[in-house]
Amino acid sequence: MKIIKTILFLSLILFVTSCNDDDDKLTNGNITLNFTHNWDGQSISSSEFNTTNLTNANGEIISISKLRHLISNINLVKSNGDITSLSDYVLIDVTNNVTSIEIKDVPLDTYSNMIFTFGFNEEDNIDGEYLDLNSTSWNWPLMLGGGYHFMQFEGKYGATGIENPFAYHMGTARVDIGVFEQNFFEVTLDGFSLTDNTKIEIKMNIAEWFKNPFTWDLKVLNSNLMPNYDAQKMMNQNGKSVFSLGEIIQ
Amino acid sequence: MVGFCFLSCEEDGIQTNSYSTYTPIPLPLEIPQLFADNILPPIIPINNPQTVEGVALGRKLFFDPILSADNKQACADCHSPENAFTDSDRFSEGIDGLTGNRNSMPLFNMAWNYDENFFWDGRTFSLEKQALEPVRDPIEMHNTWPNAMLSIQNHADYPTLFLEAFGTSTIDSTLITKALAQFERTLISANSRFDKHLLGQGTLTTSELNGFNIFMDETKGDCFHCHGNANNPLWTDNDFHNNGLDAIVTDIGLGKFTGDPADNGKFKSPSLRNLKFTAPYMHDGRFATLDEVINHYSEGLLNSPTIDPLMKAVNEGGVQLSITDKADLKAFLLSLSDDEFITNPAFQNPN
Ligand code: HEC
Ligand code: HEC
Repeated sequence: MKIIKTILFLSLILFVTSCNDDDDKLTNGNITLNFTHNWDGQSISSSEFNTTNLTNANGEIISISKLRHLISNINLVKSNGDITSLSDYVLIDVTNNVTSIEIKDVPLDTYSNMIFTFGFNEEDNIDGEYLDLNSTSWNWPLMLGGGYHFMQFEGKYGATGIENPFAYHMGTARVDIGVFEQNFFEVTLDGFSLTDNTKIEIKMNIAEWFKNPFTWDLKVLNSNLMPNYDAQKMMNQNGKSVFSLGEIIQ
Repeated sequence: MVGFCFLSCEEDGIQTNSYSTYTPIPLPLEIPQLFADNILPPIIPINNPQTVEGVALGRKLFFDPILSADNKQACADCHSPENAFTDSDRFSEGIDGLTGNRNSMPLFNMAWNYDENFFWDGRTFSLEKQALEPVRDPIEMHNTWPNAMLSIQNHADYPTLFLEAFGTSTIDSTLITKALAQFERTLISANSRFDKHLLGQGTLTTSELNGFNIFMDETKGDCFHCHGNANNPLWTDNDFHNNGLDAIVTDIGLGKFTGDPADNGKFKSPSLRNLKFTAPYMHDGRFATLDEVINHYSEGLLNSPTIDPLMKAVNEGGVQLSITDKADLKAFLLSLSDDEFITNPAFQNPN
């Protein structure tokens, strides 16, 4: 399996290179992707963890203690359909303040969209494949389809002193024993023009995970969500509105 | 053999006091296949590469009481090979008969502690820096570094060994801790029955396999979020958590080091390898047996403000495992023990 993956990866690189070769007149530059997190507009970083009380759509008061999520196949698309691949995957770890990536040698062009996958698509979600993700215990149990978590979002809900824990973990959905359903989704954001050292903000509104279309009831759905098919599919639906393009700093 | 000839030539060099250019022989870590296949390479500081001479010197020092004030206690007294490099006491006695409030820690696979936070509370960064502490700790070896350096400098063999390992016979704490760290990095454990099962070289019992499923099942043990999985054969995340031991936290652990009250009561998740040899368990050695540990997670959890949300069933006391589940989980945990590790001749007392 590892060999297959390497070949796929190599062909991807070749593909990107050939695209870039077409545009002789373009220069390349470095850009930064900044993943920021907010709760309906209130900025959230690790310093707000544990202490800040937030209210979700269902009226529960929550605090966050951990948030990590995986984004893969980050691509820039031009109006003529040309694709520039920025990154195969990145694990955003808000708890440990790992929230931005620098990408070198990107064609400084005008792009109509930025497209990425939340989690891994079926082809990339190969159990045990990525040593860095294994090293940080990002794996999703084989009994649930294997591969990797897409998100680990943990905290507590309820009034101070009588809080209950929640662990909103997302990955492949298990339909039945041995039967699994993909659970990644694609995110398409607006486009922009790049100059050297452009900083692109990608915002996640964490509150959306509890909001739209399903109002999430933590009293019912707080833990053991990994093997819960309905919960996984609700996460997938709710996740589609969490991302938006933020500031472009040039 | 080549190394040996080279060594004896060098000894002539020392007699004439010329600091010749002896180059220690590189000794790359033998990375187990399971680790190479699954996890990132080990952390080895650029300024302390592994060498034959460095590792041998570190091993000699590790087992030598010379580092303690009264010449009676070696690192190995609290970190003994037969206990996977911990000891069987709840709290180990230092040279003055004093004890602390922490259980000694087993030592293995430490080069794969990527964050390099050592001790139960992560208070020292890097193995080299860690090795400074026990020597000067008043409840452990209760020495001073100047005194320890002097004893080793005045020893009949050590100056030569340092010359061979580091190119100088002037001994200081930096070189002593470098040698200790080199030896400690060689303490690699990856040959348990479960490892062999993963490599397709051995089989497990039905009970052990059931136990692994309980470990991996979020609705049952749910241990894997903190203690590794088949693709993370370290069997720890090397991260810090409050796993619900106390309602009122007295030893605040990580919180004392970071100063953040949200870290109070957090301790490093220990690796679950070699539990067969490492009792008692937890940072304060409060549990004498694995049954007690499993009962803790099953029905003994206590709530406190910083308890990890993964201790999700805290309000019911725990994950409520059945008697069979408990037995299977225990069988699985014990299949992670590596009998060859504790008898490995390269890790025994050379003195
Ligand atoms: C008196 C007993 C004692 C002696 C002697 C001793 N240790 Fe320890 N060691 C401990 C205890 C107890 C801990 C855990 C202390 C804590 O976390 O506060 C520990 C922790 C460690 C750790 C941290 C492991 C990890 O994974 O974080 C290392 C490494 C270590 N000791 C190495 C040494 C070395 C090297 C020596 C000799 C220079 C030594 N120890 C001497 C008792 C001892
Ligand atoms: C939230 C993370 C987390 C989860 C989940 C978790 N543990 Fe732990 N475990 C820890 C931490 C942290 C410690 C050390 C706590 C201390 O000493 O204060 C520990 C200690 C242990 C120890 C003692 C090891 C030693 O050397 O002292 C064992 C055994 C153990 N856990 C087994 C399990 C099992 C079995 C499960 C599942 C039923 C489990 N753990 C679930 C974090 C976790």
